[in-house]
Amino acid sequence: MRRTTAIFSAMLALAATPMPAAPQSPQPAPPDVVKKGEYLARAGDCVACHTAPEGRVFAGGRAMPTPFGTLYTSNITPDEETGIGRWSSDDFYKTMHHGRFPDGGLLYPAMPFGSYTKVTREDSDAIFAYLKAIAPVHQPDRPHELDFPYNNRSLILGWRTLYFNEGEFKPDPGQSEEWNRGAYLVEGLGHCGMCHTPINALGGSSESEAFKGGLIPMQDWYAPSLTSNKEAGLGDWSIEEISDLLQKGISTRGAVYGPMAEVVYNSLQYMTDEDIRAMAVYLKSIAQDEPAPPRPSVRTEEASLLISLGKTVYDKECASCHGFEGEGKPPHYPPLAGNQSIQMESAVNGIRMVLNGGYPPATIKNPMPHGMPPFAVSLSDDEVAAVVSYIRTAWGNRGTPVSAAEANKLRSAPLQ
Amino acid sequence: MFARGVVLTGFLFLLGASAGSGQEGKSYPADMAERVQACTPCHGVQGKGTTDPYFPRLAGKPAGYLFNQLEAFKSGRRKYPPMNYLLAFLTDDYLRQFADYFADQRPTLPEKSPTEVSQAVLDHGHALVTQGDLDRAIPACASCHGGSLTGQSPGIPGLLGLRPSYISAQLGGWRYGTRTAKAPDCMQLVAGRLTEDDVRAVAAYLADQPQPSDPAPSPAGSYALPFACGSQPEGGK
Repeated sequence: MRRTTAIFSAMLALAATPMPAAPQSPQPAPPDVVKKGEYLARAGDCVACHTAPEGRVFAGGRAMPTPFGTLYTSNITPDEETGIGRWSSDDFYKTMHHGRFPDGGLLYPAMPFGSYTKVTREDSDAIFAYLKAIAPVHQPDRPHELDFPYNNRSLILGWRTLYFNEGEFKPDPGQSEEWNRGAYLVEGLGHCGMCHTPINALGGSSESEAFKGGLIPMQDWYAPSLTSNKEAGLGDWSIEEISDLLQKGISTRGAVYGPMAEVVYNSLQYMTDEDIRAMAVYLKSIAQDEPAPPRPSVRTEEASLLISLGKTVYDKECASCHGFEGEGKPPHYPPLAGNQSIQMESAVNGIRMVLNGGYPPATIKNPMPHGMPPFAVSLSDDEVAAVVSYIRTAWGNRGTPVSAAEANKLRSAPLQ
Repeated sequence: MFARGVVLTGFLFLLGASAGSGQEGKSYPADMAERVQACTPCHGVQGKGTTDPYFPRLAGKPAGYLFNQLEAFKSGRRKYPPMNYLLAFLTDDYLRQFADYFADQRPTLPEKSPTEVSQAVLDHGHALVTQGDLDRAIPACASCHGGSLTGQSPGIPGLLGLRPSYISAQLGGWRYGTRTAKAPDCMQLVAGRLTEDDVRAVAAYLADQPQPSDPAPSPAGSYALPFACGSQPEGGK
């Protein structure tokens, strides 16, 4: 019902929308509003997508590869011709809340308006005030390169019917103010669901699947479930451990890596301790279910060979940092024993960590992170599979062995 | 905006600090070797290089050169996905510490492999490295990289201790525009004038050189460069 209403109101909006008006109030917004807007723009991680590599900040042009073709992000600086200089705060709210341009045109859902719709009008206005206060950059948007039939924007209407639930965040009166603040940030500006909710073949995600994890299309990283304590569910983590992971990028339980490192680097490290704590409280509360234990996908005789080779590789290459018993040297070298990230049903992330290594992001609270070497050069597919199988099954870990073929496949995973 | 501001401020601060402190007072912590362990499988302990033919030695190259490369990998201007990936979320402050650490290392050169080319090719390499080729407007490598080929601070790298395939690959990268540096991109100009045979000869000759008596790069401005170079802004005459 809600969805149908949303579609109708969206269509009405399409019919009634005037062309963007010239800005009504030329006076700049008060500095405290601009400052708040800057903070909220950080919380929304706008910069990550709206800035191209080596490009001007917020001038757009970053390529966003999707299974349907490549989208290029738009210029959101206040340039009058190529940016949002002629937009009003109503226009801005319309893109955030309804997923529509000022002229009524539909946004591709690569822009997370499905999450941003939860943002309050007041917060949207503050972000807009901030974007109006930054330096304009004259840079025309680059046209999208989408494959037929996805280059037909009217298809977005169908997508919206299925997957878009418009509406601001509604606090749960049965929960604390802190919990509600966390939920607002996680579900709204944080748009965590863009990765942590599984995406189907139509590029959609449904509410019943919220935060249940999934492989991120085009990136070959697995975004773990936030609701399952067998994955990245944080039910048995302390608030401090969760906060550290989000804000510092490292914790005594594990470190962020892959796409999550970018989120911490660009966004979460700048959040206040209070907001980080609120997000931690909310994230801890949604981690509940305990799925069935995973089944081995590799034949047992192959598995036992792999695991014995794996121990040899591990003791030689990994134990100096992660410990012979997988105990790690937290927080800089995460423990592997009992580490959820390693035992997940999908072994993609563990294999990729071994192949590609990585540094946690340099953050205000951890400016000089320790890194893990990439082993793609020095280990064979068999050795990678063996060592990943070993860490997934040693020390009481309850993951499953992986095959050399799986390791080989991920050698060509994109490193962006 | 704020993020870049912080990074820039930190960067300027470090520039100021290192300009004042000269050689004394390390800009990196005592456990830096541990923090750069991620570099060792490809670049060797202390950045001394490995037997792998593709990955370069880092030890003793000028800090400015190393920082320029780290920054270029981070921003994606220099493309090598494993490096782009490793550095993506590190700050310029921290990358400068990486650079300073490797610049300070003085391990011996890795053992060189027996050359696979003829004496005639080595002679051709020797001529290009030490004299260049005036007719083709190719300056001698030594005219920028130094008579002892150990580079000049802050931005010109030493050329010793590298494998021929690495040198060939980099010269090839410049010729085809896949490796670029700050304008004016002097290496792109020079590499564009080289033939395949020149590249092979230069790479083989450089890789065949012995350990220099003093592996340190020459101080900044200790000799004039033959032309302007974006990586060494004050060096051209």
